[in-house]
Amino acid sequence: MASVPFEYGLAVAGILFILGLAGVLVRRNLLFILLCVEIMLNAAGLAFIVAGARWGQADGQVMFIFLLSMAAAEVAVGLALILLLYSRRKDLDSDALGGSGRS
Amino acid sequence: MNLVYAASACVAIAATVMVITRRNAVHALLYLVVSLLAVAVIMLLLGAAFVAALEVIIYAGAIMVLFVFVIMLIGPSNDTVNPRSWIGPAILALILLVELVYVVASGSAAPLAVKEITPRQVGMALLGPYLIGVEVTAFLLLAGLVGAFHLGRRLAVTLGRKGD
Amino acid sequence: MSWMWLIPALPLLGFLVLAVLGRSMHWAVVAAVGTGSVGLSMLAAVAAVWGFWVSPPAGGSVTLTLWDWVRAGSFSPSVSLTLDALSAVMILVVTVIGFLIHLYSVRFMAGEEGYSRFFAYMNLFVGSMLLLVLAGNLLLLYLGWEGVGLCSYLLIGFWYSDPENGRSARKAFIVTRIGDVALVIGLFLIATNLGSLDIQEVARKATASWAPGSAIAVAAAALILGGAVGKSAQLPLHTWLPDAMAGPSPVSALIHAATMVTAGVYLIARTHALFVLAPDVMTATAIIGLAGVLVAGFSALAQTNIKRVLAYSTMSQLGYMFLALGVGAWSGAIFHLVTHAFFKSLLFLAAGVVILAMNHEHDIFAMGGLARKTPYTFWTFLLGALALTALPPTTAGFASKELILSRVWESGPGGRILWVLGVLGVFVTSVYTFRLLFTVFGGEPRGAPAHGSGRGAHGGGHGPKPAAHGSAAGKEGLAAGRDGRQAGVVMGVPLAILAVLCIVGGFLDLPRTLGGSPFITRFLETSLPAGTRAGEMPLSTDSILQIVSEAASLLGIPVGWLVSRRAIRVVTQTGGPAARPAFVRFFSGGMGFDWLYERAIVRPFVWLWNVNKRDAADRISDGVGGLSMLLSRAFRWTQNGRVRWYAAGVAVGAALVIAAAVLL
Repeated sequence: MASVPFEYGLAVAGILFILGLAGVLVRRNLLFILLCVEIMLNAAGLAFIVAGARWGQADGQVMFIFLLSMAAAEVAVGLALILLLYSRRKDLDSDALGGSGRS
Repeated sequence: MNLVYAASACVAIAATVMVITRRNAVHALLYLVVSLLAVAVIMLLLGAAFVAALEVIIYAGAIMVLFVFVIMLIGPSNDTVNPRSWIGPAILALILLVELVYVVASGSAAPLAVKEITPRQVGMALLGPYLIGVEVTAFLLLAGLVGAFHLGRRLAVTLGRKGD
Repeated sequence: MSWMWLIPALPLLGFLVLAVLGRSMHWAVVAAVGTGSVGLSMLAAVAAVWGFWVSPPAGGSVTLTLWDWVRAGSFSPSVSLTLDALSAVMILVVTVIGFLIHLYSVRFMAGEEGYSRFFAYMNLFVGSMLLLVLAGNLLLLYLGWEGVGLCSYLLIGFWYSDPENGRSARKAFIVTRIGDVALVIGLFLIATNLGSLDIQEVARKATASWAPGSAIAVAAAALILGGAVGKSAQLPLHTWLPDAMAGPSPVSALIHAATMVTAGVYLIARTHALFVLAPDVMTATAIIGLAGVLVAGFSALAQTNIKRVLAYSTMSQLGYMFLALGVGAWSGAIFHLVTHAFFKSLLFLAAGVVILAMNHEHDIFAMGGLARKTPYTFWTFLLGALALTALPPTTAGFASKELILSRVWESGPGGRILWVLGVLGVFVTSVYTFRLLFTVFGGEPRGAPAHGSGRGAHGGGHGPKPAAHGSAAGKEGLAAGRDGRQAGVVMGVPLAILAVLCIVGGFLDLPRTLGGSPFITRFLETSLPAGTRAGEMPLSTDSILQIVSEAASLLGIPVGWLVSRRAIRVVTQTGGPAARPAFVRFFSGGMGFDWLYERAIVRPFVWLWNVNKRDAADRISDGVGGLSMLLSRAFRWTQNGRVRWYAAGVAVGAALVIAAAVLL
């Protein structure tokens, strides 16, 4: 295998994370917010892999697997909630659903 | 620098930027899938073939498909984002980016050799030192399952009432 | 006399019972408790004085120490009661007159909705006054002093629903407060200089260690004089007394005639040892007293309200007492205190009956011809008036005033002038008294007759009517007209007893020219030095002086009649008191003192208060409130229920933490 500068890997993971964070802050639709959270989770996982490869151990990949399962469970429940919310409120705008939009 | 590495990094970043700026949910999803695939390539280059495969199968394959199903159920949703609301998050992101670059750049940029880590090693680690984590993850998945099922049942009642 | 503490304790106990349970007690029980406690105290006082007289204790006094009050280093006043000749006389006056007035009030205040409150306050007053006169040390005396001041405020403003009454009560309290401050500073001076406030100890130590005329003696005596001036309504702290007539008549009789206003006189007599050491202060006392006699006398000449005439009269007679104290005639002052208590309270009680008979009318020019309508009241009032004007031969006022005037004549270089002015005061007293008498009781009826005076069935023993409301200023009782004759036993008996005392009281100390029976002077000798001895003056001079002053008071009768006729003519023909000439109005306003105080003191103070209304301290405390509102508004921003906002918060926090971790 060729040699890869690991710092750049971390940088990539960081940039992806920041992009996901920006997305969470900007988008209003709950579905998009969840999507951007997934981006952030993925970026964190990439960081783990990079770290694990740096030290040449399997721990990074193990962490990634855990993270993956957690993301799956979270997405399942989150999407169920989103469906429930939509069926009740007919609207997925987080601002409207939040504090000022109480019905 | 490894060319493939650089290329997939750019693809990942570009695709993510597209994800967060699209209006149409399905478009955003598809771009996300692209991003995930690029990330999988990066992982492969780092010697983690197992998780690269897992990334594609589970993340891009299962989780994104779930999103697609939900979008189907909900119908087209238009999330209008006016450009002005980008200012705050952009500044914040920029600050964080600067900090990140600073932290990363303070380390050494010397490339090291990449060692291939086999699935076997991962499995040994999982069922060895990380056994408890596996059990806990099982709990988590069970909880997610039960929760989704319960919520889904109420949903079925609600949807059923509407006479779908 | 180890049960001496019962004398002040019984009325205080009555106060406690009435204060706690009074509202739920039947009115007869309230009356019984209120009057009974004072009555029992009276019996105890009589027994105590009898024991004192029959077997006089060594040293002239018996002290009962109840407990140690304060222990602060070497200063340890105790709660101790002292019975000597002076306090014996005082407790008799307070309890007997107090009992009679309570009896009178049972009927007078019947039907008032504050019935139990009234008796509670009156009991508290009697208890505090007894504490004041029995106190063995000045600190306990001051406690009683404050107590009577409080009760005066409470009782003047008894009908508190009318804000004017509250204003009068506040005025009384604040003006006497000025005197109280002087008294307290005087007490501080004495305590720090002599180390004790026990009265006998103070007298002993002061005479031993203070030189006559020294600064400390003058300061202490002057400050005590200041306190006495406030409480006894002498110049310049006298403006509260006429307004204090807003209270019910029994209150005016008890507090503002017989007892509380005489507390100042008592105080000076008690601390005479200090005053003897400061002759200049004694001269000042005499001058203040004489000024009060004349100012109040002339003001009384122009009053239209029956109780205000009596109020200025009280101030004038108190001036005589101060005059006596100023020339060293201690027992003369106390004797006049006793006789004044008799006739002034009689006059106030009779005035109360008149006011009720005229259906709460206070204006004397709206009354008239009451001699025929209410004869009983007329005769008792007449006896009181004779005593007040010191008409011979045997009225009580005559005897006491002669005692004072003869001592004044002998009292040194200025004594002659003081005597002349004193006799002028006698003349003025006579004029205003008979003006009042002729205007109210003489001539043809001018005012509306009482509603109920035609019905004769208002015998004694009627229960009170249910309480009505809506009182005009200074209203006296609620039930419609009862006059003295029809008031029944309960109001008539005190009037009769006091009238008898007015006549007989003179025998307590008849002047030499009429036989001489210096009973009181000799009795008081054990605690008050006799001062200049009357025996130094030849009998003939004494007789001439007496004849002159008798002539002055007799001369007042026709002059008073003339003044009364003219005043009635002016008022009824030209439409009211405002039509009177300017100088009459000047006297009517108390010779401008109220006007002066209003402009010189009250208005600047109020202006200053207005300017300072938003001062720094206010701004700081407002600022605290404003600051918390500001912070609240700022923090409200962070809780707007928007998810993205919270996420942004997390992100900002993360940025800050990373920056901190990186930089530090």
